[in-house]
Amino acid sequence: MSDAITAVMTGNEAAATAARLARVQVVAAYPITPQSPVVETLCRWVEEGELEAEFVRVESEHSALTVCIAAASIGARTFTATSANGLAYMNEQIWWAAGARLPLVLCCANRAMAAPWNVLNDQQDSMSVRDAGWVQLYCRDNQEILDTTLQAYRLAESLQVPVMVCYDGFLLSHTVAPVAIPSEAAVDEFLPRGKALPVLDLSDPRNVGPVTLADPRPDSRGVLCHGYMEFRALHHRALGAALQAIPEVDRAFAGTFGRSWGGLTFGHLLEDAEVALVAAGSLAAELSVVAEALRGEGIRAGVLGIRAYRPFPREAVRAALAGKRLCQVFDKAVSYGHEGPICSDLRGALAGVAGAPPVFGAIVGLGGRDVTTATLAGAVRRAVADLVAGVRDRPEEWVDLRL
Amino acid sequence: MTKLIDLPTQEHLLPGNRACAGCALGIGLRSILKALEGKVVMTVPASCLTVFGGMYPTTSVTVPWLNVAFPATAAAAAGLAAGLRATGRAGEMTVLAMAGDGGTADIGLQGLSGAAERNDDFIYVCYDNEAYMNTGTQRSGSTPARARTTTTTLGKRENPKDVPRIMEAHGVPYVASTSAVYPDDVYDKLVKARGMTGLRYVHMSTPCPSGWAFDPKDSVRLGQAAVDAGLVVLYEIERGAFRLTGRSRVLARRGALKPVKEYLQAQGRFQGLSPEEVAEVQGWVDRRWAEYLRRDAEGPSA
Repeated sequence: MSDAITAVMTGNEAAATAARLARVQVVAAYPITPQSPVVETLCRWVEEGELEAEFVRVESEHSALTVCIAAASIGARTFTATSANGLAYMNEQIWWAAGARLPLVLCCANRAMAAPWNVLNDQQDSMSVRDAGWVQLYCRDNQEILDTTLQAYRLAESLQVPVMVCYDGFLLSHTVAPVAIPSEAAVDEFLPRGKALPVLDLSDPRNVGPVTLADPRPDSRGVLCHGYMEFRALHHRALGAALQAIPEVDRAFAGTFGRSWGGLTFGHLLEDAEVALVAAGSLAAELSVVAEALRGEGIRAGVLGIRAYRPFPREAVRAALAGKRLCQVFDKAVSYGHEGPICSDLRGALAGVAGAPPVFGAIVGLGGRDVTTATLAGAVRRAVADLVAGVRDRPEEWVDLRL
Repeated sequence: MTKLIDLPTQEHLLPGNRACAGCALGIGLRSILKALEGKVVMTVPASCLTVFGGMYPTTSVTVPWLNVAFPATAAAAAGLAAGLRATGRAGEMTVLAMAGDGGTADIGLQGLSGAAERNDDFIYVCYDNEAYMNTGTQRSGSTPARARTTTTTLGKRENPKDVPRIMEAHGVPYVASTSAVYPDDVYDKLVKARGMTGLRYVHMSTPCPSGWAFDPKDSVRLGQAAVDAGLVVLYEIERGAFRLTGRSRVLARRGALKPVKEYLQAQGRFQGLSPEEVAEVQGWVDRRWAEYLRRDAEGPSA
């Protein structure tokens, strides 16, 4: 059996369980709601001897990610988790970890950014670091959190890029659901140890991450070595390679554990749908219910869930949306002064594609504003009415706004 | 005390780097790496020290070296120590964090305080050239009063932070103050620190010809003058016991420091001080020196 038992647990416990099963060697984290239970759980397991790891109780998120960066540089498998302002406080190191091409895994329990203070869910925190060069995977339920975190290690260590596993704060982080826990033996087989690359070694001393000029420079033997731009191009290509690797790892995971999460994207009632509803995270799961209900009233709706937001699955969304009459995107984040980030990226992916549907954007659920199926269905009905009335482009709708 | 002539001859810093002429950091770094016999992994933030690290793909240092972000030195060292323990290699090498005064007293202080409170297992060396020299001489929390920098063009008004004292307040097992121009003092302190566990903090004064505005040939002389005038004091605090060392110990026995005036006048950054301003610096030095003498006299039972 690849799964040992099924237990009822929160999303945070699912993330911690995955880190334990991955046999992480160094954990460093700083408390922040709603992530804190992840590292509290891991700390307890380390102190009780259930997890053989170093737990570094750092004084800030900046230091949490720094500890992971340094420990990974010396060849240890690491874990950290954060949310919102914690992720923002890490920002310098988010970029450093990616540029240093370290195979880190970070769980982000998505929460609204301050000011004003708000501890509840939206996806502004992780969306704001989409450009830093991490793979970003969004989860729709607690089982996917556990499974994706395991997949994240395999991805990170094969591509040498860090992976951020994002899940909605409170909606998943603090909500219990049955989760199948894989057996240690099966995880060990899926994630063989010793794959991490030690770059700091006395017998082969290196200067890691030094000043690197714009143009290539010769080394002491006269061999021309990369300039800054070449390193960045290789990093970009590694993210591009993730477009193949993410589905491959998901397939391998399904082969061992019997569960596939769709790789880059997932669909629900999507094939014959005329109206595609697009979102990331638990919102996509909720949209499945909405799509089913809308079909009962004659709107042929389906869901395109964005699992991989970085790299952005351009080809996959083009294929999935070909022939649709309307694409309605729901973002839980805003690029202020422009529009929702998924909406933007989707418009970019579909630009110039013959027969691509119009893309309507909607902003929902900021700062934990409740997003009900009725709210979502209403937004879709309005979008469809606009489409029928001949509208092909419109400003994004802030759903359930009460100004 | 190790004599200069008895220091190991094997170098871990290769000739040929882009540091400024007369930079005392090179002397200090050589002594530090000798004391650790090259069995060390270093972590270094943005600072003058990265100049010794070199630009990709060449380097003048023969030990593993991890560059990290400006505030990240102590946490990176904690991560290296944790990583070495977790992978069963803790005995193979010493973890050395090495940052400048800005990277220590200012932007790096929070992370250093966290690591000190946890008593993480590494040596932290702050090389103190008394301003942000790598970015062009802006004032830091360690810049002395009255020094002119590009952000204190009329002279700094505040006295520097006493970082060794801040570290002592954390209760770490070893705190030392040294000067790069006394390789024997640096070497002995690093050898002692190497033999201990937990967080060991060494504050190393590092004269800077370009930032302090003096002739590069005078770096060693000026570093010695700083000790003779008591602006830099050589001491160590081993598990709470304070002891003056080296030249400062000699000065304490003789009972007199040199006046600060001559030291200040030798540097462009202190030009034009009024007698009152010089007296102000002298007063600060005298108060600190009296405190060091008192603590030294209390001896190891302190």
